[in-house]
Amino acid sequence: MAGPLSGIIRYRTLSKWVEGSAVIKRAGHVPNIRRFAYRHPPGRLPGFLAVRAILLGAGGGMGMSSQPAPFSKPSSRLLTLWDVVAMLLVIGALVLLAQGSRGLMQPLPKPGFGAIGLDPSALPGYALHTSLRMLAAMALSLLFTFTYATWAAKSRRAEQVLIPLLDILQSVPILGFISVTVVFFMSLAPGRMLGAELAAVFAIFTSQAWNMAFSFHQSLRTVPKELAEASRSFRLGSWMRFWKLEAPFAMPALVWNMMMSMSGGWFFVVASEAISVGDTTVALPGIGSYIALAIVERDLGAIFWAIATMLAVILVYDQLLFRPLVAWSDRFRFEQEAVAAPPRSWVLTALRRSRLVSLALTPLGKAWRWTYRPPPASAKSRPVAHRKIQSRQAAWLDRLWYGAIIAVCLAALWRIIAFVLEGVAPTEAGTAFLLGLATMARVFALITLASIVWVPIGVWLGLRPRAARIAQPIAQFMAAFPANLLFPLAVSAIVALRLDPDFWLSPLMILGTQWYILFNVIAGASTIPGELRDIGANLRVRGWLWWRRIALPAVFPFYMTGAITASGGSWNASIVAEIASWGDTTLEAHGLGAYIAVAAKAGDFHRVVLGIAMMSAFVVVINRVFWRPLYALAERKFRLG
Amino acid sequence: MDTLDITPLLDIRGIRKSFPRPDGGELLVLDGIDLTLREGEIVGLLGRSGSGKSTLLRLIAGLSAPKAGSITYLGNEVDGPPPGIAMVFQSFALFPWLTVLENVQLGLEALGLPPEEIRRRAIQSIDLIGLDGFESAYPRELSGGMRQRVGFARALVVHPNILLMDEPFSALDVLTAETLRTDFLDLWSEGQLPIKGVILVTHNIEEAVLMCDRILVFGSNPGRILKEIKVELPHPRARLDPLFRDLVERIYVEMTTKTDAPAGKRIERFAGTGIGTILPRVSTNLLSGLLEAVAAAPYGGEADLPVIAASLHMEIDDLFPVAETLQMLRLAEVEGGDIRLTEEGRQFAELDTDQRKRLFARHLLNYVALAGHIRRVLDERPEHRAPWSRFADELEDHMSPGAAEQTLRAVIGLGRYAEVFAYDDQTHVFSLDNP
Repeated sequence: MAGPLSGIIRYRTLSKWVEGSAVIKRAGHVPNIRRFAYRHPPGRLPGFLAVRAILLGAGGGMGMSSQPAPFSKPSSRLLTLWDVVAMLLVIGALVLLAQGSRGLMQPLPKPGFGAIGLDPSALPGYALHTSLRMLAAMALSLLFTFTYATWAAKSRRAEQVLIPLLDILQSVPILGFISVTVVFFMSLAPGRMLGAELAAVFAIFTSQAWNMAFSFHQSLRTVPKELAEASRSFRLGSWMRFWKLEAPFAMPALVWNMMMSMSGGWFFVVASEAISVGDTTVALPGIGSYIALAIVERDLGAIFWAIATMLAVILVYDQLLFRPLVAWSDRFRFEQEAVAAPPRSWVLTALRRSRLVSLALTPLGKAWRWTYRPPPASAKSRPVAHRKIQSRQAAWLDRLWYGAIIAVCLAALWRIIAFVLEGVAPTEAGTAFLLGLATMARVFALITLASIVWVPIGVWLGLRPRAARIAQPIAQFMAAFPANLLFPLAVSAIVALRLDPDFWLSPLMILGTQWYILFNVIAGASTIPGELRDIGANLRVRGWLWWRRIALPAVFPFYMTGAITASGGSWNASIVAEIASWGDTTLEAHGLGAYIAVAAKAGDFHRVVLGIAMMSAFVVVINRVFWRPLYALAERKFRLG
Repeated sequence: MDTLDITPLLDIRGIRKSFPRPDGGELLVLDGIDLTLREGEIVGLLGRSGSGKSTLLRLIAGLSAPKAGSITYLGNEVDGPPPGIAMVFQSFALFPWLTVLENVQLGLEALGLPPEEIRRRAIQSIDLIGLDGFESAYPRELSGGMRQRVGFARALVVHPNILLMDEPFSALDVLTAETLRTDFLDLWSEGQLPIKGVILVTHNIEEAVLMCDRILVFGSNPGRILKEIKVELPHPRARLDPLFRDLVERIYVEMTTKTDAPAGKRIERFAGTGIGTILPRVSTNLLSGLLEAVAAAPYGGEADLPVIAASLHMEIDDLFPVAETLQMLRLAEVEGGDIRLTEEGRQFAELDTDQRKRLFARHLLNYVALAGHIRRVLDERPEHRAPWSRFADELEDHMSPGAAEQTLRAVIGLGRYAEVFAYDDQTHVFSLDNP
């Protein structure tokens, strides 16, 4: 038998033979699979075996492995195609980085849109700047995650403060954040672009970091007990344990959250590039400022060019960053069974197969492994007896700690209230509350509407694997696309048709976030076990009964995840959706988002802080009282298996 | 045997270990353990789940600290994971993102040896254990038996003095487990393993007799050593050898003998009067099944435990909870390594379903105090409803929260079969409703 199939069959039988090796071993025949493989040099192995051999051999080249695995042999040519591709990618990235950061130390342009032009040929440059801001924010978020989440996971006392703090930070409206922090950042590098850039990057960071930190913390807390015991019993130091066990274990969830963060981040990148606080308007070079200028000049054509550029940027990010990362993190998957089709990425393959890259990484790998060596004084791991003493003083220290936390919280609360009352009358809080109710009503109504529309469609798509395969990436793409690029189109229509802003501005809030509901429901429907569907067909369950008993309960947990994300996103979007302008006309709906936006534009910090505090309070209360119990119900009652 | 006084590898005296309870008390898990390990011997810790043997193993490995007593390894007090003790785990504990070679090298990298020596020793160890050629495979590509071989290679490569094994073969199928056991014993007898002593934790009686030189039989509640049994059969041992079967029988007898419990200590096996008894979760299918199996030919109502365990392919962790529950219900008696049906037990095997349920209900309410108590409370209340927490709080006065939940779930299963009360898991309410 010839061809790739023979290779597979021979490999399979050989491995089973090796397993039952006891009898054969004692008789003196030690099976050696390496001998079989060397009969076919890697370059000419058929199909399956070739790919497997190369991936096994080169798979160790990325990350933290030591020596080339037995299967790979040095190629006879000096430079392969993959080397060229990898070089182009790496050097191209460096060049772009250099070009983008050239403008950092330039002096600030005069306030207003002076430095921005509406010429479409400037768009690639602007796209570059926007992307770089996103990357910088992502790097910052990663750094934050590794330090903050690790600290919270290792120290019980720190955890009691850090995790609720993270929860609150997640609920604070991001765009409200900008107006308060931009002045601080501009003062760090007065008169230069760097300050404004820092402010924008910080705003994007606040939209990305929190869920990454949560996910990393959660993973650190759920490291499998036996792996942790194995690490300790082999006397791995804590640094080595972190990089060999804890970080790899957390990697798949972290990468997934990074992707979610990046998708949600484009919205804030665009919104934070044209910062106007009080009299200051800073327009950083980027797609956001381009759009802002186009709105002022009522240039519909420019808006279309911007949308097209944004589509291209997201596609490029997807290919060059998203997919390679997801494919790379598949290596760290903890479940031991092989899943249907592991994700693939041509970028990752190029980097893995290129010899130049692995040559460059080897000295880095050696240096990294050098950090693993045990401390020279042959120190024992922290003596176990030490912990016994701590438990007695622990109760005392706990009380002190709680007292300190309460004191700090009270002080902060007093400070905030004092600041707000300086500039506004106490009755203003009542106004803000009523406006918050209006926004809340809008958000709930829109989520309900979006659910009624998208849940049936999502279930229909999810039950058909081919349709799901096409639809899910599209829905994810739509979720990533910043909806605020589409706002000017809608606003110009509303102005032209003289529609009521209170009613017609509302759908803008859900425009970008409804896709979360859709792709989560698609994911949920596609994982309904085949047996449940078969039983439904077998017992001829149809119509509303089928929906009520089979489809809806099965997708309910996934729907909850989508709805919670959509709700949070809508609150954030309300700040830019409830007040919108086209040229000279400004449309304003009644709501808390408009309140904050107006106050920020006027530079009235007291009202801004009041608005932000009110919105955070609303989001936190709604989460605790409504979303969390529902989510717990979904987990408890509707979890499959 | 030479009579020189050799320093034992491991010397354990008077170990006590307890875990703090949420209400402030303490749950005693190990009570007064003494153990000595000398060079060249395999010591087995044999007992049911929950008898503290895995806890003891982790104390020896330095992964936790005892409340009282001392553990001396090569003359030094154990204070954190000592060099020279390596462990093999029940679920293999391999790192999924490292290849076989990288997994095996892990312990050596932590020792800070030069890279060439690390690689050389790792490949040697992999070769010894029979996985030559699989160095670049990932654990998810390997079967269970091969993964455990990697676990062995990883433990042996650091040249430990003592190898600790925590139920290493219980996650494998019967054939693979047998292959690995015989491979290990071969390497051990030929002196090819770099280790000096082995401690093996297991709940499989035949495995213990097959592998160990000394067996320490553990009891539970609290964990303590019931008896030490020396196994002086020559290797290789045969399961059908009469001496082998005698030893197995002896151990069954040891584990099923009733003792008069000294005042103050909880009764260890098969007693069960007050509501403070921890009940195991046993399905009523298993209860009926065992009763029918013992009542049928060739046992005719009285069976030798090792024989019926072997024929039903049940290990002690499967068999003893069922037998214990039957004993509590006075449907069978377990004594001296045998199980004997009572008069009602024989009747049960003959009756049809409805009559069985009635007989079962009578015995349940009479002999299982918790079930009778629940029924009484439900009868007294006007709406005949009571929440889970009412009984859980009461049980937690006598046992840990985990044991309370397990006991309550067990009694719910029995009560539902007997149709003496109902339980709704959504609202967590007991009631007398007929659903």
